[in-house]
Amino acid sequence: MITESDLSCSGLVRRFAGHAAVDHISLDVPAGTFFSILGPSGCGKTTLLRLLAGFDRPDEGDIFIRGQRMNDVAPNKRPVNMVFQHLALFPTMTVGDNIGYGLKRKKVPAAERRRCIARVLEQVGLPGLENRNPQDLSGGQRQRVALARCLVLEPTLLLLDEPLGALDLKLREQMKIELKHLQKAFGTTFVYITHDQSEAMVMSDQVAVMRNGRFDQVAPPEVLYREPATPFVAGFVGDNNRLAGKVVSVADGLASLRLEDGSVVHGRLASEGLGPGALAELYIRPESLVFTGADSPAGFSSLNARVRATLFDGANSRVEAEHLGQPIFARLPQDGSAPGLVPDAHLPLAWDPALACVFGVGSL
Amino acid sequence: MNASAGRLSLWLLLTPFLLWITLLVLVPHLQMLRVSFQVRESWDTLAWGLEQYQNFFRESYYWRTFLRTGVMSLFTTFLTLLVAFPIAWYIARLARGRAKGLLFLACLIPFWASELVRTYGWMILLRESGVFSAWLQALGWADGPVEMLYNDVAVIIGLVYNGLLFMVVPLVTTLDGLDENLVEAGYDLGGGHLTVLREVVVPWAMPGIVSGCIVVFMLTLGSYLTPNLMGGKDSAWFTEQIFTQFITRFNWEQGAALGVLLLFLSSLIVWLGLKLSGQSLRKVMG
Amino acid sequence: MIRSVPRSRLFDGVYLAYLLAFFVYLALPLVVTAVFAFNDSPFPSLPWQGFTLDWYLAGGEGGRTGLFHDDGLLSALWVSAKIAFWVTLGSVSLGCVNAVLFERLEFRGKELLYLLMLLPLVIPGVILGVSILVFYSGMANDVSRLWGLELDIFRPGLTLLVMGQVAFITTLATLVIAARLRKFDRQLEEAALNLGATPLVAWFTVTFPWLLPSVLGAAAMAFLMSFENFNTTVMLTGSDTPLTVALFNRLREGSTPVLNAVALFLMLVSALLALTTLRQKR
Repeated sequence: MITESDLSCSGLVRRFAGHAAVDHISLDVPAGTFFSILGPSGCGKTTLLRLLAGFDRPDEGDIFIRGQRMNDVAPNKRPVNMVFQHLALFPTMTVGDNIGYGLKRKKVPAAERRRCIARVLEQVGLPGLENRNPQDLSGGQRQRVALARCLVLEPTLLLLDEPLGALDLKLREQMKIELKHLQKAFGTTFVYITHDQSEAMVMSDQVAVMRNGRFDQVAPPEVLYREPATPFVAGFVGDNNRLAGKVVSVADGLASLRLEDGSVVHGRLASEGLGPGALAELYIRPESLVFTGADSPAGFSSLNARVRATLFDGANSRVEAEHLGQPIFARLPQDGSAPGLVPDAHLPLAWDPALACVFGVGSL
Repeated sequence: MNASAGRLSLWLLLTPFLLWITLLVLVPHLQMLRVSFQVRESWDTLAWGLEQYQNFFRESYYWRTFLRTGVMSLFTTFLTLLVAFPIAWYIARLARGRAKGLLFLACLIPFWASELVRTYGWMILLRESGVFSAWLQALGWADGPVEMLYNDVAVIIGLVYNGLLFMVVPLVTTLDGLDENLVEAGYDLGGGHLTVLREVVVPWAMPGIVSGCIVVFMLTLGSYLTPNLMGGKDSAWFTEQIFTQFITRFNWEQGAALGVLLLFLSSLIVWLGLKLSGQSLRKVMG
Repeated sequence: MIRSVPRSRLFDGVYLAYLLAFFVYLALPLVVTAVFAFNDSPFPSLPWQGFTLDWYLAGGEGGRTGLFHDDGLLSALWVSAKIAFWVTLGSVSLGCVNAVLFERLEFRGKELLYLLMLLPLVIPGVILGVSILVFYSGMANDVSRLWGLELDIFRPGLTLLVMGQVAFITTLATLVIAARLRKFDRQLEEAALNLGATPLVAWFTVTFPWLLPSVLGAAAMAFLMSFENFNTTVMLTGSDTPLTVALFNRLREGSTPVLNAVALFLMLVSALLALTTLRQKR
């Protein structure tokens, strides 16, 4: 197998009582990438991670790390380290002993061990904390110790199991950026699982969106956001408005959709084999909706909604409107140029059809 | 870990447990049960029979002591609960910080001395030549020595004392976990002190109450030193009769039968207690 | 009733008085026992005759034999210590194994076995002693009568004493250690494996250090319970008398301040043990 990948899996299956938690997953992670697996809880991402770490064995399929087959390798023999969800710092040891634990198992002499520990602590920004107890550190510091404990072993692959979940919001934002920098600095391949799309988007080079044991889409964050491959991705990554209708025509990769009130709107065709007459849904992001006056820009689709409330949230302020009984959200312009948004006022909204996606209803 | 290694480790861990529970608990008790149905016809011939149990019912001394022991143990348990509850409440809910730890530790103090030492302490206090008697005389409230030992009240004082620790600890543990908002909600919704106690606090503390009561009841029912040393001539405890059969009379068959009866009584009452309070042994003890 | 609910002044006063009375009730017997260990009088009762250390140190002069010269009590102390040592060793090892068995493994009939494990808690100590006496001594008697073999090990004595006490102290040790093991985060073991440890190394470097406080606590408890036990002990005592039984026999002959001296000595040892385990826990 000639490959540049640090990790490659083919046809991985793991079943629990007949239900496939991981269902024919194949993936390829090039060396030095930050790879995220994003999915709602129960989608099988933790099971997948445990297969990679060796705490569980696949029923089918193979795992290769740098071309070495790992299926029958015990967890303590794999060149893989893991940052656990609750960090799993040993409470009976100091920070130094925690970081030295893996080195000791590798029979690294004590003097060199001390040097390695001091160096890695410096690298993660906690110099001189060797003799502290993990319980006495702050959440962010503990996070860094857990990372250092793995990075000091220079693993081929570092697995991270939602390690930011326990932190409060502010710290989480900060750690996201820091993790990305650390990954670049160490050059280690990270496989990061999370249910938080913002974590995945901010940090990753590649994101795999996982649902019911399968990958819906594997792509860089921006592609994921702009060109979701499935309605699930479109709904799970970022906010989206949905408009249901019937396809009237398809031309040049654009689909025309007749809504319930008879108006016709347009969007980029995202499902294959969608012909006239099929039921479909159009996904349009709140920030792609523009407030128009009497007439909308040429080629734009438009609809007429009714204001329900404005939701002020700084840069993320939105207006909640109603269209055909369904809620519809639009981002308020940053310059405060929004028209009078009193409840029940008419609100004409328009969008560039290239920014909307049309999926067939029932397509996956 | 593969299946055979898993099975091996299971058996490695299971074997000591099984040896302990069968050789030290189950088999000896079954043998005791067997012996209780034996009648000694001569020094080396045994026959099967119910004679030991018939003796128990025929001799009013036996079954009266039996009933008395049961009733007094229940009463002692109840009294211990009454005495301990306010203390546990104070430690769990009203005391703060250091005081809380210190008070809790103070409750453990009697455990530092064995039952024998504790009983001995009460004897020094209560007997005719004891401390209380001397104080009463010194204060002029009594003309001569007052005997306060060797009666049922003395026995109950001693038994409650022995049981307190085992009541306070589980009560404090459960009451510590009580969310004060529940109590506040009880008052907020119009409950008085008693209503809140009955409707909110006691149901919450039930596992601790039952756990404490079982332990105290078992200790009281099975105690020997306190009733023996503090009780009067006619305040015999059932355990004393078992001791007499084994140690003084060497009548093992009769002793075994009495033992079986005591075990039956304790199991019955513990079972009833669990049923009535809707608790399970596992939840309460484990 | 709780801090946030207003109480009347009278209620508070009565409550505090009750607390005070309670702690006096708790302390009084122990305090008088301790105090009379130093009373210069042949009887542990008032009046106070002055301070003396005779009840510890006297070597027979003036008809007084202090604890440290009383061979009977000293040898009983030694017997009790030996028993307590073996009981501690046995019940704590069994407790560790049982805790792992019930907290870590899944097998058929686990619930039933767990209930069996709790069983000694609801058996009066006397009955435990009696049943072990009947079974083992009875067996020794039968073997002796039928085949003329003397199984002295199963006659009342140290072995039976240790067996009888292990029978119920094991349950308590198991509960203490299992409670701690239940709070152990399994991820820590996985983390150790992940960092390159074998399962055995992971157990000894991560899990056992975590359990250690509870193991020490269980050991202190087992030692004290064994040392102080009377009900099971008295049924199984042979020629070597443990301390509690020796004290009981002395007490029936009449009390002397030497008993107070022993009692105080025991209290101090227990307090020391209790305090060291408490310190350990922090």
